[in-house]
Amino acid sequence: MAAVAVSVAGLLTLSACGGGDKQDTAGGPAAHKKVEVFSWWTGPGEADGLKAMRDIFAKENSNFEFFDAAVAGGSGDQARALLSSKLQANQPPDTFQGHAGAELQGYIKSGKLESLNFLYDELKLKDVLPQQLIDQITVEGQVYSVPVNIHRSNVLWFNPSVLKGAGISGAPKTVEEFVADLEKVKKSGKIPLSIGSQWTLVHLLESVLLGSLGTDAYNALWTASSDWSNANVTKALDNFKTILSYAGTPQDDWQPAAKQVADGEAAFNIMGDWAYGYFHNPPEGGLGKESKKDFDWAASPGTDGTFMWLSDSFTLPKGAPNRDGAIAWLKVAASKEGQDAFNPLKGSIPARKDADQSLYKDYLSWSLEQWAGDKLAGSIQHGVVANDTWRTAITDAVGLFQQDKDVAKLQQALVAAAKNSGQ
Amino acid sequence: MTRVRRWLPGLLLVSPSIILIAVFVYGLLGWNLKLAMTDKHNEIAEIPGRFVGLENFTGIWSEERWGLSVRHSIVFTVVFVAGALVLGWLLAFLMEKGIRAESGFRAVYLFPMAISFIATGVVWRWLMNSATGEHAVGLNRLFHYMGLDFLQWQWFRDPDWGMAAMAIPAVWQMSGYIMALFLAGFRGVPEELREAARVDGCGEWGVYRHVVLPMLRPVTLSALIILGHISLKVFDLVVAVSGKQIITDVPATFMWTAVYDSHDPAKGATIASYIVLSVVIFVVPYLIWNARKGNRS
Repeated sequence: MAAVAVSVAGLLTLSACGGGDKQDTAGGPAAHKKVEVFSWWTGPGEADGLKAMRDIFAKENSNFEFFDAAVAGGSGDQARALLSSKLQANQPPDTFQGHAGAELQGYIKSGKLESLNFLYDELKLKDVLPQQLIDQITVEGQVYSVPVNIHRSNVLWFNPSVLKGAGISGAPKTVEEFVADLEKVKKSGKIPLSIGSQWTLVHLLESVLLGSLGTDAYNALWTASSDWSNANVTKALDNFKTILSYAGTPQDDWQPAAKQVADGEAAFNIMGDWAYGYFHNPPEGGLGKESKKDFDWAASPGTDGTFMWLSDSFTLPKGAPNRDGAIAWLKVAASKEGQDAFNPLKGSIPARKDADQSLYKDYLSWSLEQWAGDKLAGSIQHGVVANDTWRTAITDAVGLFQQDKDVAKLQQALVAAAKNSGQ
Repeated sequence: MTRVRRWLPGLLLVSPSIILIAVFVYGLLGWNLKLAMTDKHNEIAEIPGRFVGLENFTGIWSEERWGLSVRHSIVFTVVFVAGALVLGWLLAFLMEKGIRAESGFRAVYLFPMAISFIATGVVWRWLMNSATGEHAVGLNRLFHYMGLDFLQWQWFRDPDWGMAAMAIPAVWQMSGYIMALFLAGFRGVPEELREAARVDGCGEWGVYRHVVLPMLRPVTLSALIILGHISLKVFDLVVAVSGKQIITDVPATFMWTAVYDSHDPAKGATIASYIVLSVVIFVVPYLIWNARKGNRS
């Protein structure tokens, strides 16, 4: 009996600690006014963008105070782990960042998120966001997030002088041309294709799949009637294997891989358009290279006319301590003003169609133009088309493939991944 | 009543820790094991999951990634434990021979232990950069400067022996500690015993072979246990050096992926149970051996 009493006392103390903790983050008596915004924007550029939106929020909402609950770590690995434990404990932040699309499905299915249809209606967002985008983030008629920005995944970065040295006149248009160009670069003694850590291969795979299969067949892979076992997928995976055989030594992450291109050690790199900021920005946050001269870009081979997108978005968790504050934040995130303040700094384009074009220069103006006219396809690695379980299974399969280069096994694993995803 | 008075205060004194350990160590171990024996393969459904016995424990062996991570763990453990033991022993042996400024050296060799595996990992990640030739950095660069280009290799990116490279930072970090253990062991051998052996005509090597080494056995065993359990649970070092990549996958990183990326609690719990089990296999013989020794004396 004594034991029970003591352990109960122990638990009580613990839960008291938990409560105290929460009050700390929410700031005691003023808790109802603070808006806890959870994101992983802490790096150069993205943190500046967040601050710009935060300033707008402060101006428009004198009754609320922005509380920055950002967790450092690229692509939000650590942040998402912390977030999922917070949500499990039903202690959500007021609003959190998530990749728009399938990545949020787990939370949606477990009922952690509120539908935002009311906000879309109130702000008439369906008129200002592209229809294809809305279609791709709608789950059973409901939309659960407000996309703030759009990044492009299928970009081929290259070094013009290395290409010239290898006798290549321009960026390859198709996968076959790409392979031929890789061969030419190899003969010239440079690294044909630079790669980073394991996830950059998944990133490469999505571009190769899209380029080999075409947009419609690629998008069909993520529907209920998907067929991963057909010969076209085999062919795409064969392409992947061929392209990978031209890859240099894997670098630690995407930055050193991109740097190989900027430094003229490697010819090509396929990476999302956040690489532009890294190439272009002055030396503290980037490499200070001149666009079109030191580095150049094109749609990744075979994907011209298709925009493989990913998007950061904000959500409204059920039971948010300060629901009104969260909605006020979502309104800023959805607004033209908010998106035009955030995106030029972050190095992405706004999800809205009515953005002020003059703010977006160089790469971003190209991207904006493509976004307006292209077909859309969703990224695998960045949480658009596959839920976490599926994406992890694909990542595992690619990691194992990197070691044994067995296409048949890779395809089997991808078929199984699609079947077991529960999506 | 007097008997109660004799044991009750003592029991009360230790009971908080007994209860805390019962709940937070054994209780949670049991809870984890229970979870591992269910089919709760997603965290979305609020249902607790059905009991499936040992299905998860057998099923995981058909996963290629699991086999790979176990293999990696074994390679890492063998290289790390053997490396740290041999190097630690060697350092202690040199110290024991009466080196000048011994306390200075001792501190230098012990320092790495004060660093976290994360910090070690970040530094060694750079040292073990896999680029070779012209663009080499870190150790490969050093080899290049010394004209030892043939020594350049992929380090932890080597598909077969990458995990042996991963063990190098761990050896670097822990061998000083092992040295301290062995040094205490060496110092614990009474000088009279050595002299007696010498009088009996033993050479210096013989003294070590027949007198000192046998007396170091308990220290060696402790060192083995300490290194072994660190090695089987290794997570931070691997993550700091290479992140979550298959090429350096170990059970602990697999567990992380299973729980936080695949959202498969039962699988995570299964891997956690296997990690505990592997440590138990290491530790229990030691405990038995200790208990026996206690009985004998």
